[in-house]
Amino acid sequence: MSTFDKVADIISETSEIPREEITPDSHTIDDLGIDSLDFLDIVFAIDKEFGIKIPLEAWTQEVNDGKASTEEYFVMKNLVAKIDELIAAKA
Amino acid sequence: MLLEYFQMIDRITNVDLEEKVMLAQSTVPEESTVFEGHFPGHPLVPGVLMIETMAQCSGILIMHTIDFTKIPLLAGVKEGKLRDFVGPRTALEIKAEIEHEGSGFAVTRAEIRSQGKRVANAQLTFTIMPFPSEELQGMIKQQVADMKKQPA
Repeated sequence: MSTFDKVADIISETSEIPREEITPDSHTIDDLGIDSLDFLDIVFAIDKEFGIKIPLEAWTQEVNDGKASTEEYFVMKNLVAKIDELIAAKA
Repeated sequence: MLLEYFQMIDRITNVDLEEKVMLAQSTVPEESTVFEGHFPGHPLVPGVLMIETMAQCSGILIMHTIDFTKIPLLAGVKEGKLRDFVGPRTALEIKAEIEHEGSGFAVTRAEIRSQGKRVANAQLTFTIMPFPSEELQGMIKQQVADMKKQPA
């Protein structure tokens, strides 16, 4: 199963979003409507699934400081790419 | 334990930062204004205060792991179970264990026992935020230090 499919399954199970609505271009906040608490649950599940620690604080800080757009971290295909980078860095 | 002031932990008996586990104790007071309403003539510790007790034990443990630089705030309660009624004079043993240290959040598992029997347990999620003031940070550090000095 691809990283995308695993993450999409986690989001669907955690947020009760129909799996078929989650595509690589979905914005997790703007399109899927995931709120901050559900996002914590999702990050917790992703951290556990892949044995990584998503640097959520740093990402949020970058977005708040205007150094990054929300799309960079929170659109599914970009989020999955970041997760793959963290998995590769761990290996 | 002072229910009206949300002082749920009487004493900290052990903090193990390697295992990321904390043990604490409290005794439910004989009297409290909370019992006047919950319930008249039949005093019971409200379930939300049992959850709060587990949250405080968890929060103090999390603060130990980050050297009291930030404050954990309860954000989620999962699998919360209130397994028995708890009334005045009940001695409680509280245990919290960190299940996951995330970036800006933490997840714990906590439980309360009375005479060895588990009376409540939950998985708790915390967001970890900057202290709103140095004064509050100092106050909490002092309260925790006092909890460690309390005699059994």
